[in-house]
Amino acid sequence: MRFVAVTSCPTGIAHTYMAAEALERAAEAAGHQIHVETQGAAGAQPLDPAAIAAADAVVLGADVEVRDRHRFDGKPIVDVGVKRAISDAPAVIEQAVRAAANASAPVGGPAAPAAASTDPGTSARGAAGAGSATRVRQWLMTGVSYMIPFVAAGGILIAAAFMLAQAVEGEQGAVAVTEVPLTTVSTDFNPLDGMHWAALLFQIGVASFGFLVPALAGYIAFAIADRPGIVPGFVGGALSVAVGAGFLGGIAAGFVGGLIALWLARHEVPRNVRGVMPVVVIPLVSTLLTGTIMLIVLGRPLKALSDGLSDWLTGMTGTNAFVLGAILGLMMAFDMGGPVNKVAYTFATTGLAAAGTATDATQLKIMAAVMAAGMTPPLGLALATRLRPALFTEPERENGNAAWLLGASFITEGAIPFAASDPLRVIPSLMAGSGLTGGLVMAFGSTLRAPHGGIWVTPLIGGVVPYLLSVAVGTVVTAAAVVVLKQLGRDGAAAAAEGTLAAA
Amino acid sequence: MTALITPELVLLDPRADDREEVTRSIAGRLAAAGRVTDLEGFLGDVRAREARMPTGLPGGIGIPHARSAHVLAPTVGFARVSGGVDWGAEDGPATLVFLIAAPQGGDEDHLSILAALARRLVHQSFRDELLHAPDEQTVVTVISREVAP
Repeated sequence: MRFVAVTSCPTGIAHTYMAAEALERAAEAAGHQIHVETQGAAGAQPLDPAAIAAADAVVLGADVEVRDRHRFDGKPIVDVGVKRAISDAPAVIEQAVRAAANASAPVGGPAAPAAASTDPGTSARGAAGAGSATRVRQWLMTGVSYMIPFVAAGGILIAAAFMLAQAVEGEQGAVAVTEVPLTTVSTDFNPLDGMHWAALLFQIGVASFGFLVPALAGYIAFAIADRPGIVPGFVGGALSVAVGAGFLGGIAAGFVGGLIALWLARHEVPRNVRGVMPVVVIPLVSTLLTGTIMLIVLGRPLKALSDGLSDWLTGMTGTNAFVLGAILGLMMAFDMGGPVNKVAYTFATTGLAAAGTATDATQLKIMAAVMAAGMTPPLGLALATRLRPALFTEPERENGNAAWLLGASFITEGAIPFAASDPLRVIPSLMAGSGLTGGLVMAFGSTLRAPHGGIWVTPLIGGVVPYLLSVAVGTVVTAAAVVVLKQLGRDGAAAAAEGTLAAA
Repeated sequence: MTALITPELVLLDPRADDREEVTRSIAGRLAAAGRVTDLEGFLGDVRAREARMPTGLPGGIGIPHARSAHVLAPTVGFARVSGGVDWGAEDGPATLVFLIAAPQGGDEDHLSILAALARRLVHQSFRDELLHAPDEQTVVTVISREVAP
């Protein structure tokens, strides 16, 4: 087998090199290949990216933070500390052999999720030591790959709650289930009441969704700064949710938190405080700074943006129906749960309350347009992963399967993993589909008397056929746009990579 | 470039029977040779490193070490303690003690010599040669030969 290793120790003049030598001897004796990077005082000769790419497992014999650890994202890692690498190298190598064997087993173990997070093109370019764009993408992908399970688990639970509620309560079920208070489940749970079961699923799903942005931010920061990045990332992500900045705010929080933590970790500090740096000082200071930025720098502009957009939308009442629907659709798809999306959605649900019992009010058409536009992003991406699987990473394809159900249930978050990992290509595609769908629904005059629920509130939709037709059109447009843009991007990147190689 | 080790920096069976005393007697030689400017300051740095985790390792070796502002040139002091001194290793006391001193701002070339020495330490044959070296000069020869750039 092939391994790579990093050794390091606090002083960097002795253990680092002893561990390297011991690992090399042990690997050789057992008939394996190993490349060791000694991150010591004599300077580190960085591992050849090709060696990392070829490695079956990574051995870390390190007592201080491994520099550029994200290079090993997705590889099985055996982390033993420098002393064991010296005193027990043969056993460590054996451990690495087992780790490699587990990771390559057909059923992906828990170590696998990050593994497939880089498509072949990306890792090849990363391996060539390509520029910062590739690294940024790898950081994003790490965050996304850890976020996807939260999206899938939460989204499917919520969709299942809608389904069950509709089966139990009929046409109002999917709306009613969201209004069941948490205490009904936690203190008055009645196993014979189907709605209680639906509410249980819904509450768990919502809790899972609560981690979506924090996990994205937390693991972006983790990819950048390793463990010290986790706290500022998660906390920054949670604050992004709190101030209504959505997943785009979460991405910002991940980068801010990770880069601050990394910057702090690179500070030379007196040796008596070095021990408490990773545990206390770095998380404390980086979280304080990240949180301050998220609250103070983001809070006010976001509020101004929301207020401005709301006023603007209110002033638009009476304009051409298609235009208004298209604008709402564009807003729904722009940041999916972020400030712009919230303005459009709130505009619709507020109108819903005002419409009262009217059956043909404009407000009901607006609600229909908004929900339809919120359904096409996951649906379009689900379709795209089916049409051109090669353009997507393995976790994205998995997420694509769940996205059918999420999209159909008006759980727009199903599209976030795609948007977060490739925002510049995905978000415009989503907006194209959603804008068209929103406009069409308004123009057709379909109505909706529920704030959410997707196809599970179909009985509450007036003009179902044009409604579903509009959703289908938007889905196809989004899928086509994503495929075209990704294809273009890929060809461009491949050409650029070749150019780099030729120059080198 | 100053030699990494000279016969004056080698102690064969010093009268010292704990970690602190052995370290101090080797460090004293480094100070006498003018490689360490402040003996107490340097010992403090070594002690601080040792306090984080003892530097005893399997195979009967102890490698007290420090990067210190009180060190002028990369240097290795060596002591062979036949009776063994507890150095915190799991498999027993240390008989070969290497006091590794690196200057705080040492450049990479200098430090890479120490790195080469550290690599040799895990080899049984290297340790055996030092265990059976008849005199100080032989120790110097063995170490210098192995770590020649």
